[in-house]
Amino acid sequence: MSSPADQSAGLAALYQERILEHYRRPRHKGALDRATGSHGEKNPLCGDDVAVAVRVEGGRVDAACYTGTGCSIMQATASMLMDLVHGRTAEEVEVLARRFDEMLASGESDASLGELGALAGVAAFPARHKCARLPWKALSGALEQSRGR
Amino acid sequence: MTSQHAAFNGIRSDFPLLAADPGLVYLDSAATSQKPRAVLDAVRHYYETANANPHRGAYKLSGAATDAYHGARSEVARFLGAADVDSLLFTRGTTEAINLLATGWGVPHIHRGDRIVVTRLEHHANFVPWQQLARAVGAEFRICELTRDGHVDLDQLRLLVTANTKLVAFGHVSNALGTMNDVREIVKIAHAIGAVAFCDGAQAAPHLRVAFDDLGVDAYSFSGHKMLGPMGIGGVIVRRRVLETMHPYQFGGDMIEFVFDGDSTWNVSPHKFEAGTPNVEGAVGLAAAVRYLESLGMDAVRAHEKSLTQYAMAQLVGVEGLHVYGPASADERSGVVSFTLGDIHPHDLSTMLDVDGVCVRAGHHCAQPLMRALHQSATVRASFYVYNTPADVDALVASLRKAKARFHGALETSDVLAG
Repeated sequence: MSSPADQSAGLAALYQERILEHYRRPRHKGALDRATGSHGEKNPLCGDDVAVAVRVEGGRVDAACYTGTGCSIMQATASMLMDLVHGRTAEEVEVLARRFDEMLASGESDASLGELGALAGVAAFPARHKCARLPWKALSGALEQSRGR
Repeated sequence: MTSQHAAFNGIRSDFPLLAADPGLVYLDSAATSQKPRAVLDAVRHYYETANANPHRGAYKLSGAATDAYHGARSEVARFLGAADVDSLLFTRGTTEAINLLATGWGVPHIHRGDRIVVTRLEHHANFVPWQQLARAVGAEFRICELTRDGHVDLDQLRLLVTANTKLVAFGHVSNALGTMNDVREIVKIAHAIGAVAFCDGAQAAPHLRVAFDDLGVDAYSFSGHKMLGPMGIGGVIVRRRVLETMHPYQFGGDMIEFVFDGDSTWNVSPHKFEAGTPNVEGAVGLAAAVRYLESLGMDAVRAHEKSLTQYAMAQLVGVEGLHVYGPASADERSGVVSFTLGDIHPHDLSTMLDVDGVCVRAGHHCAQPLMRALHQSATVRASFYVYNTPADVDALVASLRKAKARFHGALETSDVLAG
């Protein structure tokens, strides 16, 4: 992105309404009953702070919730991610995480990521990649803890 | 705007990076300043005419490098109002300067049961070294809180500075809020019980006339890169009677007198505290920077920044939902304005401003203890310097209004959806 018009379009893609809507009214934000695993991640540089709790039953995510504070990209990712992982196995989540990373590298939206495809616009803002990755890291830690039980 | 700005008209062209990008609105000088051509030329001139290892060779070129290095020390000492040139120790910057003090002065002088007092305003560089020293030796580490408008609470400081207090460490100007501290009053409180008063001048030396010999502090640190100089050079001036009681900070070449098989003796100051080959290019560049600042005049620099800050504060309060932290009056703050805007996270805001070419800092400003007290994980900080103009403030405010409209759905975005 070099021209001002490109940059402005990039910004519009980054802050599209779907993302801001999740920031303003996050889903699955709060405590989770009977969690089987939980994990927190922080970015000390910007103060973003997210914790994910999962309840895994029969090898699949039965419910996932998050708590935390941070920017719209982090919050929207967390909110959408909690939706996406419902009913998935830990292995399936790993595949999705790789696809998400690939999307951040390419900027090409990925339909298999559901609503999270809206975050393809983050690709153009390398300084913000870590914001979108933070909830994934927390989720991965929560699933790891759940597996260890 | 006032005539103060007229004196600084056109100086943007002295700064190659800014001159090359007329659309760039650089409002992050509290993090690092841009460099005038005079500084870049001075560094190049040194390498082209005088480069050799100072203090080492008996040949003329080494003498030229030695002269360049110590000439720079004299110029910087004069700029900061220190008559005792050899009490100015060059370091990589303020961070190393404070670590030098914590190791060289702190370790031999701070003992179990002693007290170190810092303030809630401190940058991590003037907080963590003292905190860790206190932990290591079993000393008390106390933090003086702030008044509601972001000043050090001097009444609390008087209570905290007890007979066992050995050090009061405080910033001259806060990097996060811009608060200008009453240095002479804090020194008076420290000296009343015989404590050492250390002032971190990283955010003051670039912007205010500093007269070390009049301030009364026992030590004063600064960073070259925040005052138009290169990165990797800075230093600390230490009052001679304190300097004479300090132990070396690093060991190696240049700082020794004699090295025997079982022990060694030390060179005199400043060499005792400057182990290894010094950063001559940095010192020479910093000397050029202080000459540039002197040509503008530090009183004019302050007047320019104060007027810009006044203008910025007046414009910013007109943006609905914007909250400014720190002192309300530009008389009590340097050219630093820290703020939040409604429910827009500072990182989102800084990304949106960046697209308009407006560079601001978003985050905790290396002052987490302060941010906790403000109940904020982050703020946006705009900071001004000699090359900024009222037009830069206007660009900031316009971009903030745009960001607010975008964030609250007033801008149409559906035509560029990526998903």
